[in-house]
This record gives sequence, structure tokens and C-alpha cells, in this order.
Amino acid sequence: MIISIASGKGGTGKTTVATNLALAVKQGVQLFDCDVEEPNVHLFLHPEITRTEPVNAPVPKIDLEKCTFCKKCMDICQFNALAVLKKDVLVFENLCHSCGGCFEICPENAVIEKDRSLGVIEHGSVKGISFIHGKLSVGQVMVPPIIKKVRSYTDPDMITIIDAPPGTSCPVIAAMKKTDFILLVTEPTPFGFHDLKLAVETVRVLNIPCGLVINRVGIGNDEVNQYARKENIPILMEIPFDKKIAQIYSRGEMIIEKLPEYKEKFEALFKKIVQMIEKNRENNGEEK
Amino acid sequence: MKIAVTSQGKTLDSQLDPRFGRAAYILVIDTVTLEFEVIDNADNKNAFKGAGIQAAARISDSGAEVLLTGFCGPNAFETLDAAGVKVVNDQTGKIIDVVQKFKQGGAVYAESANKDGHW
Ligand code: SF4
Ligand code: SF4
Repeated sequence: MIISIASGKGGTGKTTVATNLALAVKQGVQLFDCDVEEPNVHLFLHPEITRTEPVNAPVPKIDLEKCTFCKKCMDICQFNALAVLKKDVLVFENLCHSCGGCFEICPENAVIEKDRSLGVIEHGSVKGISFIHGKLSVGQVMVPPIIKKVRSYTDPDMITIIDAPPGTSCPVIAAMKKTDFILLVTEPTPFGFHDLKLAVETVRVLNIPCGLVINRVGIGNDEVNQYARKENIPILMEIPFDKKIAQIYSRGEMIIEKLPEYKEKFEALFKKIVQMIEKNRENNGEEK
Repeated sequence: MKIAVTSQGKTLDSQLDPRFGRAAYILVIDTVTLEFEVIDNADNKNAFKGAGIQAAARISDSGAEVLLTGFCGPNAFETLDAAGVKVVNDQTGKIIDVVQKFKQGGAVYAESANKDGHW
């Protein structure tokens, strides 16, 4: 069972929800931090990292001794990562998607594969949670392959919780697609509302059941609630704007460990999600 | 010598197109005879990323030594630089006027991408 936690923008409390939910599930749970540009789950849970794995992808390097400047590589590159000039070929590694086209097409074998490091993934564990996160290398922009690598460790016998990157672009899709449930986290402010709408559009395209957690209830208005009702998105939990919670958060501590009533709330949240997933499977005529 | 100018249209009376990679056309003009060749940049205009790199490679092929444009991004600049094409940024107005002004001299060549080539 795979649950992704997403929000249209950063800073809504997505990581708080993901980490506390993972702790509430307690056993047989994997937590994947797929916000590879700014992973921060580890700052709250302090997992012990036991293994680091590089994520690489090839980029072309041109052997100018062999190159005849025929431009075939430049023409095939969909991403405009190559510029063949009269006596030089420039490679823009940041634009390269490692599709392999230029390696294949070069008639002179002048395109050499060079490994570039996109980032790393780190494995660890903490409090019974098996933890993996991805980290993008400085200057790199290719996020989806790192997310894919993290997700390749999904264990079908476990509950997998994915902390998705904020936003609505390719990396978010990579973190949300083929999951069983998307838990959206937002706050009741105009910004939160605006970004929630974009996130919901993405979720609808993926056609995955979703629910909503509203964080910092009390700071804004009820626009978000009205919208959720209209769109038929169940509000599964509301976290009030509370000084105590803010303090716990700022100390990097877990709400469910400090406030017992939240332990129950997060356990209830998990139950509701499981119910929704099962109901959806029944509706789709799948076996449990 | 030949100079390249990004243009919204296909004649010397057209307006300069300030966007380099996504300009509609690139005119390659002989500064002495004012004869020119039109490069249609339309297929490039819609490129998601790296349009400037492709346009830069085309200019290099055209034999132009200088590019007059509005704004040239870092990747395009790197390509033009490698091809030995000098860049003059922040140009506006009718192509013919821009060319005449260039011929009078005093153009400031950009030393790097973006807005660094200010007047
Ligand atoms: S396809 Fe090969 S030979 Fe042709 S320009 Fe590219 S690297 Fe050079
Ligand atoms: S590997 Fe693909 S994306 Fe990268 S430069 Fe070659 S053709 Fe372009």
C-alpha cells in the first residue's frame, strides 16, 4: 500500500504529516523522502544512515578527433543539449536527459558516454521505520530518476509513505503516480487554496483517490473547506494553529510523541486512508 | 562583414525581436551591400529549453561575426562565444536603424550573458 503526501507549495506541514503518520503506523512502514531538492525528513527523525548509493546517468562527451561535425547528434537531441559548431561541439549537460539518442546516431563513434552524478540515495532506519531519501547533487536538475530509484525499493508487503516534493511539475508526478492514495496537505490561506487547486488538478489527471489534511486551522478562512466539499474531497484531519504544536515543530520534535491526543488522531487518519483505499479497490473490482 | 540580427519580420523594416532564442526570424545582413539572408527560426521558437543554443549554432553556420539582439541567455552566449560570434545586447527598434547605428561604430560587446553588456 503506497500513500503519497503532497502539497501544492512548500511549508504547509507536509513533512510533519508524513513523519507523524509513519510513526503512527509504527510497524512494517517505509518512509521515502522524495523531496530530493530539499529533503528534510531526516532533520526531524534523525535516522541512522547505513548505506549510500549513487544515482548516475550518462552524458555525452565528444571526441573531436573523430567528429566530422555532421550535426546528426544535434538534430536528434530533443532537449537541445548539443551545439555542433564548425570546429567544436558543446555539450550542455544540464539540458541532457540521458536519452541515449546521440550515442546511437553518431556515425563516427565520436560520442563517448561519460557518467555524471545526478545525486545519491541514502538508506537508514529510525524507530522501526525503514527510511530512504534521495538527494540531488549540486548543480543537477534531473530529479525524476532519483525519485524512481528511491521508489524502486518499495516493498509490497509494507506500508510505503512518500513525502512528495512540493509543486505540480514532473518530480511531483514521479512521486505520486502509481500510488494508492494521495494525501494533500494545505493551509486555509489564499495561497494554500490556490496551490491546493493546482494540486487537485494533478491528482485528478492521475486518477488516484485523495484526501485532505488542513494544517494551521484558524489562521485563514474557510475557502479551502468549501472547495473540498464542492470537489468531494474528504477532509481527513485538521491540525489547529496552536502555539504548542508550533513549538514542537520548531524544536524538530514529533507531535505524536509530545501530545498523546495526536497519536490517536494520526492513527485514525491512517485507518481512514486504509478504508478509502480498500473501498476504491472494491469499486474497481480488484481483490484486496 | 556579416552581422546577424534577431527580427520579428523578414525585411529590413521589421522590428528587432529582443528575445534571442525565440525570435521569429534571424536576418544575416552584409553590412556593406545590405543584402541579407533570412533564417526562419519558427521551429526553434517553440523549443521547451535550449532554443538559444540552436539559434546560436545557426548563426555560427551563417558566417555572421556579430549578433545584435535584445537579450541573450547564458547557454546561447557560451555557444556564440565558442563559435567566435560577438554579441551586442539591449538592441531595439527597426532593423535598418539598428544596423546603421552599428556601422557608425561604438557598439559595446557583451562579455558575458544576461544584461552585462549594458550601454
Ligand atoms: S554525430 Fe558524431 S560526428 Fe556528427 S557532429 Fe555529432 S559527434 Fe560529430
Ligand atoms: S543523451 Fe539524449 S538528451 Fe543527452 S545530449 Fe544525447 S541526445 Fe541529447
